[in-house]
Amino acid sequence: MEPRVCVVGAGVIGSLYAGHLAQVAAVSVLTRRPEHAEALVRDGLRISGKSDLVSRLAAADNAADLPEADLVILATKATEVEAAAERLAGRMTDATVMTIQNGLGAEELVARHGDWPLVSAVTFMSGFRHADNHVEYELDTETWMGPYRSSFETVQGIERLLHESGLRARAFPDLRPAQWSKLIFNATVNTVAAVTDLPHVAAFAAIGADTDLGLLVRDLMDEGKRVASAAGVELHEDPWEMNVHAVQRGETEAAEGHYAHVPSMLEDIRSGRRTEVDFITGSLVREADRLGVDVPLHRAMYRLVRAREAA
Amino acid sequence: MVGCGAVGSLFAANLAQLDDVEVWAFDVSRAHVDAINANGLRLSGAGDVTGRLQATTDAAALPACDFGIVATKAMHTASAIAATAHAFETGAVCSVQNGVGNEEAIAEHAARVIRGTTFPAGKILEPGHVQWDVKGDTTLGPYEPKPASMASIEVLADACTRGGMPTSAVADARGAQWRKVIFNAATNPVGALSGLTHGRVCEDPALRRLVTGLVDEGKAVAAAQGIELDADPEDLIDHAARPEVAYAHKASMLQDVEAHRPTEVDWLNGGIARFGREHGVPTPLNDAIRALVKGLEASWTS
Repeated sequence: MEPRVCVVGAGVIGSLYAGHLAQVAAVSVLTRRPEHAEALVRDGLRISGKSDLVSRLAAADNAADLPEADLVILATKATEVEAAAERLAGRMTDATVMTIQNGLGAEELVARHGDWPLVSAVTFMSGFRHADNHVEYELDTETWMGPYRSSFETVQGIERLLHESGLRARAFPDLRPAQWSKLIFNATVNTVAAVTDLPHVAAFAAIGADTDLGLLVRDLMDEGKRVASAAGVELHEDPWEMNVHAVQRGETEAAEGHYAHVPSMLEDIRSGRRTEVDFITGSLVREADRLGVDVPLHRAMYRLVRAREAA
Repeated sequence: MVGCGAVGSLFAANLAQLDDVEVWAFDVSRAHVDAINANGLRLSGAGDVTGRLQATTDAAALPACDFGIVATKAMHTASAIAATAHAFETGAVCSVQNGVGNEEAIAEHAARVIRGTTFPAGKILEPGHVQWDVKGDTTLGPYEPKPASMASIEVLADACTRGGMPTSAVADARGAQWRKVIFNAATNPVGALSGLTHGRVCEDPALRRLVTGLVDEGKAVAAAQGIELDADPEDLIDHAARPEVAYAHKASMLQDVEAHRPTEVDWLNGGIARFGREHGVPTPLNDAIRALVKGLEASWTS
C-alpha cells in the first residue's frame, strides 16, 4: 500500500518534501492560506532547480479536510509549531510526527498536543519560493533524523522513503550531536547576519585582523561548544568548520553568478517578520542557564536581534 | 577651528562673539565655507547666534594661531591635523571629539595638546546654518605626554565660557573623557545596530542590561589606568532616557548608519578595547559590538 504523508506548512522546506514525496507516496499538504491550498490542488506543485518535477497532491487549509496519514512532517517555522500542533490535535492518530525546525524544543511543544510517536530532524536543504505552487530546489543537502519518542527502525523507514523520493537523508540513533552542531552554527551565523545585514559571506570566516568578524563568529561558536559539552553532547561536526566550508562553497557559487546565501533570520528581519531567535539562540541560552554555563556573547546577540525586531 | 561641522560650528560661532578672539575655520565643505564667509555662521535652536569669522578649505591659508580646536569626526583627525599643524607651531591644540585616541593622533603633529570633552550637540541644517540641539559643559585638561600649560588651558576655557560655551579647566580631564566615551560606546552602537532610539533601548530591561555590560567593561578599563570617572556613566544614560531629555534621540551612530556613513566605532568601542588590551583588561562585549558595527558598515558595499 502506498504510504500516506501529510506535510504541515508549505513554505520552501515543506514544499520540497511534499513535491518529492508525492512521487512515491500519497501526499497531502496543510496550508495556512486557503488560496495556497487551492493553487496546489488546481495546478500541482512544481519543483525546479536541483530537481525538475510537477506533483499532484491533496491540500487544504483545515486539517479536518485532509486524509489520515502514516507520517506527518511538521515543516512550519519554529514560531508556528505550537499553533500547528494544536491544529493536529485529535487528528492523524496513526501517524508518526517528524519535526524539522531550527533550534531546540519543537518536539516538546508537539508532545503536549498528542501522543504521536515523534522523530527529531534537521535539514540543511534550501530553496527559493517563486510562487505558491513553484519552489526552486537550491541546496540538495541532507535531512538528518533521529528518534525522539520513537524507535530507530521508524526513523530508518522514513530515511528509506525520503531516499526513494529523490531526497538525501540520514538516520542517526541519536540526533543530538547533529542537532547541536546545527544549533550552534545557526545561533551564530543567523544572528550575526541579522544584526549586520550581511549575507553569509567570506567575512564570517575572516580572522586575520583584530576587527575581523570571524573572530566574533568563532567566539560565539566556542561559547556554544561549551554549552554542548556541559550538556554531554559530543558534536557531530565542528560548527566553525561548517562555517568555513559554507562560505567557501558560497564563494565558488558567487563566482558562478549565484547570490550569496541570506540566512532565514536576516530574511525575516528584512521583511519585518518575527524571527526564530527564541528557538535558536533562545534555546541555547536557556540550556546554558540550566547547565550554569556563561554565554555573554549569545545573550548579547539574542538581545540585539530582539531589539531589531522591536525596531 | 579644525573641522567646522555641527560641534565645531557651536564653538566657532560662539567664540566669534568675543572682541578679543579672532576665529578662523578650516573645513572641507566648500559650500559651508562659502556660506560662512558670505553671511556669517548662524546657530539657531538652543541659542540664536551669528558669528563673523574667516573660513577656508585651504589649510595653508590658516595664519599662526594661539589655539587649535579639532572637531572633525574621529576618522579624520590624523589627516586634518597633518594638514593644519603649521598654524599651531607656537600654539596649543585641543580635541573636542568623540572617543579616545584623538589626542594621540594630534600629538603626532602638535607639541602642546589639550584633552577635551564636550557635551553640546547640534546638526548642520544647510551650509552656514547649524541647529543647536543641546547645551552642555566642556572640560579641558592637559594631554599628559605632550601637555599644554595649565595657564594656557585656562585662557582657552575662559574664552569659551565668555563666548557662551561653559568650559572648565582641570588638572586631569580623563575622568570626564572616559565617562563620555563609556556612555557613547555603551549606547551609540546599541542604537545603531538595533535601530532603536535611546529611550527605547533603555526601557527594554534586557537591552539595558547589555548596555550595562558594556559600561562595566569600560569602567574596568578606566580603573586599570587609574582614571577616576567624574560621574557614573549609568546616571547619564538614565538621565538621557527621560522623555524631556533624549528619549526620542537617534544616536549619532544610528544617524551615520541610516545614511551609510562610516561610524566612529573604532574610537569608541575600539578605543576602549585597545586601552583594555594595553592594560590587560578583557573587553569581549566591546570587541563583539565593534565587529558587528564593522560588519554592518561592510554590508553597504557587499
